Amino acid sequence: MTHFAAVVLFALFASTVFGITSRETPMRMLRYGIYCFVLFVGSAIAISWVMYFIAR
Amino acid sequence: MATEEKKNAAAQQGFVYAPLIAGWLVPGAGHFLLRKWGRGALLAASILGMFATGLAMQGKLYTSVHDILDILCTAGDLGTGLLYLVSRMLGLGAEQVQTVTADWGARFIVVAGLLNVIAAVDAHNLRTGRKS
Repeated sequence: MTHFAAVVLFALFASTVFGITSRETPMRMLRYGIYCFVLFVGSAIAISWVMYFIAR
Repeated sequence: MATEEKKNAAAQQGFVYAPLIAGWLVPGAGHFLLRKWGRGALLAASILGMFATGLAMQGKLYTSVHDILDILCTAGDLGTGLLYLVSRMLGLGAEQVQTVTADWGARFIVVAGLLNVIAAVDAHNLRTGRKS
């Protein structure tokens, strides 16, 4: 499994639980789940680039 | 006002901790008890998926309580309820973390337990009427 696949899987599972447990209506659950997913994956990519430049 | 009080009284009837305990023992079961089929199925799929992915990555099931990190990880693993106990009985999970992937796998298993606790508390909140 690649690093990125692991990040995407982790983000998908965690965002699903966060979305369902943190909001009350299905539409708000979906929106919050997508928001969490984007934050998880986006922050992982951003931190990876930071580490890439630090290592060079 | 009277309707609200009746609603609250109805929510407090019976054993209010049943969804919390069921949800902890089996992922999604707390929501199934409350007939929230869709939410329960999604929670069960997410938590079981994360746990299974962790095992597939040769993640470790924590058992020791030698240092504070081991204690915290064991507590996290215990959050998966029967999944943890059955996996221990079947001898699943690696004894030692030897690769980076296995380290991630151990984290996946711990986080699956923590997410299951969140889901069980959510079922309890639904049962008591704190959440709709």
